[in-house]
Amino acid sequence: MSASTATRDAYGKTLVELGKENRDIVVLDADLSKSTKTVMFAKEFPDRFLNMGIAEQNLMGTAAGLAASGKIPFVSTFAMFATGRAFEPIRNSIAYPRLNVKIAATHAGLTVGEDGASHQCLEDIAIMRVIPNMTVMCPADGVETEAIVKAAAGYKGPVYIRLGRPKVPDIYVKEDYAFEWGKGVTLKDGGDVTIIATGIMVAMALEAADDLQKNGVNARVIDIHTIKPIDRDLIKMAAAETGAVVTAEEHNIIGGLGSAVAEVLGELEPVPVIRVGVKDTFGESGTAEELLIKYGLTPCCIMQAVEKSIAAKDLLKK
Amino acid sequence: MENSIAGLEQNAVKIRRAIIEMTHAAKSGHPGGSLSSVEILTALYFNIMRIDPARPDWEDRDRFVLSKGHASPVLYATLALKGYFPEEELSGFRRIDRMLQGHPDMKGTPGVEMSTGSLGQGLSAACGMALAAKLDKKDFRVFALIGDGEAQEGMIWEASMAAVHYRLDNLTVFLDHNGLQIDGPNRQVMSVEPLTDKWKAFGWEVLEVDGHSPEEIISAAKRAEGVKDRPTMIIAKTIKGKGVSFMENEADWHGKAPGDEDRDIALKELEVICCEC
Repeated sequence: MSASTATRDAYGKTLVELGKENRDIVVLDADLSKSTKTVMFAKEFPDRFLNMGIAEQNLMGTAAGLAASGKIPFVSTFAMFATGRAFEPIRNSIAYPRLNVKIAATHAGLTVGEDGASHQCLEDIAIMRVIPNMTVMCPADGVETEAIVKAAAGYKGPVYIRLGRPKVPDIYVKEDYAFEWGKGVTLKDGGDVTIIATGIMVAMALEAADDLQKNGVNARVIDIHTIKPIDRDLIKMAAAETGAVVTAEEHNIIGGLGSAVAEVLGELEPVPVIRVGVKDTFGESGTAEELLIKYGLTPCCIMQAVEKSIAAKDLLKK
Repeated sequence: MENSIAGLEQNAVKIRRAIIEMTHAAKSGHPGGSLSSVEILTALYFNIMRIDPARPDWEDRDRFVLSKGHASPVLYATLALKGYFPEEELSGFRRIDRMLQGHPDMKGTPGVEMSTGSLGQGLSAACGMALAAKLDKKDFRVFALIGDGEAQEGMIWEASMAAVHYRLDNLTVFLDHNGLQIDGPNRQVMSVEPLTDKWKAFGWEVLEVDGHSPEEIISAAKRAEGVKDRPTMIIAKTIKGKGVSFMENEADWHGKAPGDEDRDIALKELEVICCEC
């Protein structure tokens, strides 16, 4: 797998495509268009690009009013400010009346890098997931980003799309990828353990599974691009068939994918679930690579979690 | 008749009576700030706005956003009187399994343009609607009502900056300036003055009216229609609890429901005014 596309770049390009097809699509940003890549849309369709300045609450509230009048607003800023600063306008002005607003937030997670903890949003999945009516999505690569952004544009209702800053390896080939709303993707089959990952951790899960294979462990790998509503059937089946689960996300281990998976399995198919994620702590400045290693988000960490979950499964058998 | 000044005054009394009945029956709700904005809503819905209650989703209709959503009784009473839904619905205000929520819910109530209640958010939504009109080259106008206490929310000033930046001359905002909020007078809780200077400094056209004079409200709204390239703020001097002697200028009646005796006295006072007109 070669590093080739940042999900934010794929988002910017897809927006331009969508803008050509649908005149109702408008894009709002909060003075970060060069970073979120909405600048591509702004150049192509200046009349339908609204820079709202550094004022995220009004950014969301304005999008609500545009949607109430028939527009399809895509709203972008960094994940921290979109979901943190503007949480309540999202909840009360967008989600409660189920308005057709797409929040595409970039620079999520530790891989923001040098900007440090203030900008590394590790809570956004949790705080968007808890809002009724909200769909929460997190693509693993550029191809999946394109599919998600297009699907979100065609869906009527609020959607949160989590995007990242760095380039990530290509997992999918555009021609072969058939996106299904709310359905996880089984990328590798295996019967010993299931690794359920989202975002940049999907590529790492595949890498971990390859290494595990060499040690005789057959890991199944599932990409959960839609964290809410989550693919309960696929997760239940994988847990039933493999008996052990590991989750991996670039997010606090509280409230994100790991929690969502544990909630499903606690009710439907109790098996050991080991969560890989940031362990309820803030990040710091550093390169993305350094941070991923220091905070335990690597293929190696996933392999260790797999060992733990299989050991727990074996213990249950006894 | 209904859009004449006499007609508006009669409607205002009917709406005030409904506000008292609703909050009494619900044993909760916000009578004070509902009563202070009765003339503003009456003038908007029965004279100023281009609307059709039979077609609440008509694309070219004017929009009204009640940003101070706790004044829902005045909005519901006005919508019912205008014919958006049967007046019997008013008896279900704040009750389980009924339509009229404590704060406005656009998904459940015909004529409600935006879900509001968390202060500061409605003005941004109104800006979004005005922007949509500009994008689609439509001539509908967008009106909003904010409170003076609500002007303490930072989001109000974010929206006020954006409305000027995007030259939203199709946006007209009323400020219900009754001077009181839950904990007491604005000047004690958090000073908001000078309101006129603040919005002028932001670049708005600012007008001041007697918020209980339908003539002044209507003439200000007409003036606002002629203002080009910037939004208009109409600061309406009002009396909290207007029309009910013991509620007037009393912060305590912000969010307190009238009891049986309070209701009887209030309705009696409102009858007298009704007979005079």
